[in-house]
Amino acid sequence: MRHFKVNSDGSGLAASDVAENFSDLHPPLSPAQAAVEAARCLYCYDAPCINACPTSIDIPKFIHQIRSDNLDGSAKTILSANIMGGTCARACPTEVLCEEACVVNHTEGAPVKIGELQRRAVDHLLAKKGPHPFARAPETGKRIAVVGAGPAGLSFAHRAAMLGHDVVVYDAKEKAGGLNEYGLAAYKMADDFAQAEVEFLLGVGGIEINHGQTLGKNLLLDALRKEYDAVFIGAGLTTTRQLSAPGEALDGVRDALDFIEDVRCASDKSKLKIDDNVVVIGGGNTAIDAAVQAKCLGARNVTLVYRRGPEAMSATGWEQDLAASNGVVMKFWASPKSFSGSGKVETAAFSEMREQGGKLAETGRNFDIPAGLVLKAIGQTLNEKALDGLKIERGKIRVDENYRTSVEGVYAGGDCIAAGEDLTVQAVEDGKRAAHSVDAALRLPKSGDLR
Amino acid sequence: MTDLGCTIAGVESINPFWLASAPPTDKKYNVERAFKAGWGGAVWKTLGEDPPVVNVTSRYGVHRSFDRSIIGINNIELISDRPLDVNLREIEEMRREWPDRVIIGSIMAPLDEDAWKSLAIRVANAGVQGIELNLGCPHGMCERGMGSAVGQVPEFVEKTTRWVREAVNLPVFTKLTPNVTDIMIPAGAAKSGGAHAVSLINTVNSVIGVDLDNMVPTPTVDGRGTHGGYCGEAVKPIALHMTAEIARHAETQGLEISAIGGITTWRDAAEFIALGAGAVQVCTAAMLFGFRIVEDMNDGLSAFMAEKGYKSIEDFKGAATTRTVDWNALNMNHDLKARIDDDACIECGRCFIACEDTSHQAIRIDAKDDGGRKFTVIDDECVGCNLCMHVCPVKDCITMEPVDTDRPYVTWPEDPRNPLREAAE
Ligand SMILES: Cc1cc2nc3c(=O)[nH]c(=O)nc-3n(C[C@H](O)[C@H](O)[C@H](O)COP(=O)(O)OP(=O)(O)OC[C@H]3O[C@@H](n4cnc5c(N)ncnc54)[C@H](O)[C@@H]3O)c2cc1C
Ligand SMILES: Cc1cc2nc3c(=O)[nH]c(=O)nc-3n(C[C@H](O)[C@H](O)[C@H](O)COP(=O)(O)O)c2cc1C
Ligand code: SF4
Repeated sequence: MRHFKVNSDGSGLAASDVAENFSDLHPPLSPAQAAVEAARCLYCYDAPCINACPTSIDIPKFIHQIRSDNLDGSAKTILSANIMGGTCARACPTEVLCEEACVVNHTEGAPVKIGELQRRAVDHLLAKKGPHPFARAPETGKRIAVVGAGPAGLSFAHRAAMLGHDVVVYDAKEKAGGLNEYGLAAYKMADDFAQAEVEFLLGVGGIEINHGQTLGKNLLLDALRKEYDAVFIGAGLTTTRQLSAPGEALDGVRDALDFIEDVRCASDKSKLKIDDNVVVIGGGNTAIDAAVQAKCLGARNVTLVYRRGPEAMSATGWEQDLAASNGVVMKFWASPKSFSGSGKVETAAFSEMREQGGKLAETGRNFDIPAGLVLKAIGQTLNEKALDGLKIERGKIRVDENYRTSVEGVYAGGDCIAAGEDLTVQAVEDGKRAAHSVDAALRLPKSGDLR
Repeated sequence: MTDLGCTIAGVESINPFWLASAPPTDKKYNVERAFKAGWGGAVWKTLGEDPPVVNVTSRYGVHRSFDRSIIGINNIELISDRPLDVNLREIEEMRREWPDRVIIGSIMAPLDEDAWKSLAIRVANAGVQGIELNLGCPHGMCERGMGSAVGQVPEFVEKTTRWVREAVNLPVFTKLTPNVTDIMIPAGAAKSGGAHAVSLINTVNSVIGVDLDNMVPTPTVDGRGTHGGYCGEAVKPIALHMTAEIARHAETQGLEISAIGGITTWRDAAEFIALGAGAVQVCTAAMLFGFRIVEDMNDGLSAFMAEKGYKSIEDFKGAATTRTVDWNALNMNHDLKARIDDDACIECGRCFIACEDTSHQAIRIDAKDDGGRKFTVIDDECVGCNLCMHVCPVKDCITMEPVDTDRPYVTWPEDPRNPLREAAE
């Protein structure tokens, strides 16, 4: 478990401490460590870890290729199933995915470090900056539009380009990568990895990205449908949930995602000002990442408040431990009531909660926490306004098993649909499979051509 | 109390662990450290006539497993590269200072009676308790007509052994090369020459690897490589077989065996002794881990003997020899089936793929209610080959259970399925 430099005595953090905090969460395995780790793999047949990986990477094969000193081959094995194997190696909650399924848990009590081995192989290939490892199929002449340059959109674009189609990607932001660039914790994506990966991915050719293009604003779905043979939407979840609590509009009460984006975008993180007392509200990845990064910046007291117990948090046990062991105070069974302060937030008031007949109820007891910065991390939702015309079901774009939306020729994947969990690796899988689905559809003879 | 003391070819030793003739026994400094660590004896690094040989630089190559541990090493070193009188003086000192330890003098000379005899006499006069003839070095020395060039010709083995027997009144150990098609032939020749014991094996001819960047075998000497001698854990099975052959055959009865080859732990040593060795020699394990490795050899062997109720090495020496037989003496009616312990199974699938791809398609996978996989042996297909048991990463998860066939012990020569069967009666 990584221990960051924290500001425990109130004297603040030196710029060098902050820089160190935002270096790699896990330093990469050395070649010697990778060899020892790879040797632990049992090379299972039809391995459980493969089934536990949403992108079904052939894990025993890539680890064997590390053993046999075929690192390029290993990276290709990974990337052929998951073109963002580099980000996934850094950001996947492996403890609930491949590494949870690893049978070495049963023999040795700890799994093979699949994620770290994956990083070893992919980083090796990317660092070489050699020719792109995958070739494109003969051009089909078909053109596909993609909305969103996050993991889903880029994975789709790469696979569609490989299958011979021309892809044009539109994204609202200045940089490609989606939450890889703006959301994942900075220490998971050190050294500008997100952009290095985008550059690598585009190396396949046939993909063009246009920035500053927002669906629902300067980009219209109907226009895209007319211009392109198919449209894929990977726009993620861009609306953040609000608390509707009194005082929420006060200065210093912010969306955690905005705070995280500020941290990600700052080239010198020691220049970011952080309040001494930070309160984070929520129980997922975003809450944990906001709390830990606040600590890394030098906040003295960081309290994460969640309305239920630890087992109900969507953040994994490992992530909760990372926060707790770096001094984030975890407060469970409490819900925000109001925020107060003169001009700027100074106090956050909470009511204690309990479960009553399966429902959350206030106990009647309340408490205050001093707060100069309140970060709201209670979930993101679909920006439905931008998706006019598409059927939405339970807050997500409705798709069938082939990633087809309710509108002909329009497909969707990633966080904006309901398949699987909201994880990078799931978004990559959605994009990849949707590309095959689109490809199959585009290769079908038109109904009129049949006879 | 167990007693690790033993006698081989009339030489008494406080324990059966000697260092083989090699770099660990190159000079007094090493041998002294070895005796302090607890080794019972040392066969001094092979001595030749002056002037001493000259070695090349870059001498060892290694064979690694995936986890980088070394399973074998190979070397292109020659015999002692120090002047004979320096070696002899140090042997004398060591004999004086360590009277309870064994020093055997290893010698090598051109195929010439005088050369062998005078070298043997000089070494004997230094006070060694026995002479070992190095007829095995498979690199360098053989190109000068020595080492394995002698050991591969039965007539030369007999001759050199006899010369040394005639020259000195000491136990004679003839050290054999494994680089022959049938070890019984040089072993028989050593016996005819009057050897009290054979030491085996010397190193196995080998090219340990190729540097694929420079397209040259390793170890590399200024852009060229040569074959060397392979030793260490990987050669143990070869040495065990040769030991067993000599121990069990009538032609070589009475010949004592100083076993060498890959001995790394007390268990390895116990296996050689069970197959008929009177004592063992070790080189690679000491080179890889240092002399301290003998501590557990002594300790582990004592514990094993105590547990089994063996009071001395003699008690279990050769205990497995009579059960080592020709294939033709095995029971054709014996039957085993693999059994997989469901509770111990970690569902890695290694047994399945091994049997499915390369054996008898005798393991079935069924889906379990919890989403896992259940592996079951199909008895009708299982031939009891053991492959699944060996590839299974969990100890004792797959066991081989005997099937009660009620059929008698029938060997192949007697088996009705044998077209060349000699009719019984
Ligand atoms: C703070 C945080 C931390 C996380 N940490 C992890 C983690 O450690 N591990 C993990 O596996 N997952 C993590 N996740 C989840 C993961 O980031 C997402 O599941 C993943 O990024 C989803 O990919 P996507 O392509 O569907 O959407 P996104 O990554 O959100 O990408 C959507 C893209 O679409 C663009 N876009 C949105 N709307 C429009 C529009 N109207 N017009 C044009 N473009 C638009 C956006 O600019 C963006 O580039 C985290 C999420 C958050 C919020
Ligand atoms: C570097 C090296 C040098 C050796 N030199 C000799 C030698 O001079 N004389 C000899 O009889 N055997 C020599 N051997 C062979 C060893 O004595 C021994 O027979 C062989 O290594 C097998 O035993 P092991 O597996 O324990 O190493 C040498 C072995 C090595 C590795
Ligand atoms: S013992 Fe051999 S044949 Fe029988 S199940 Fe195991 S691998 Fe297959």
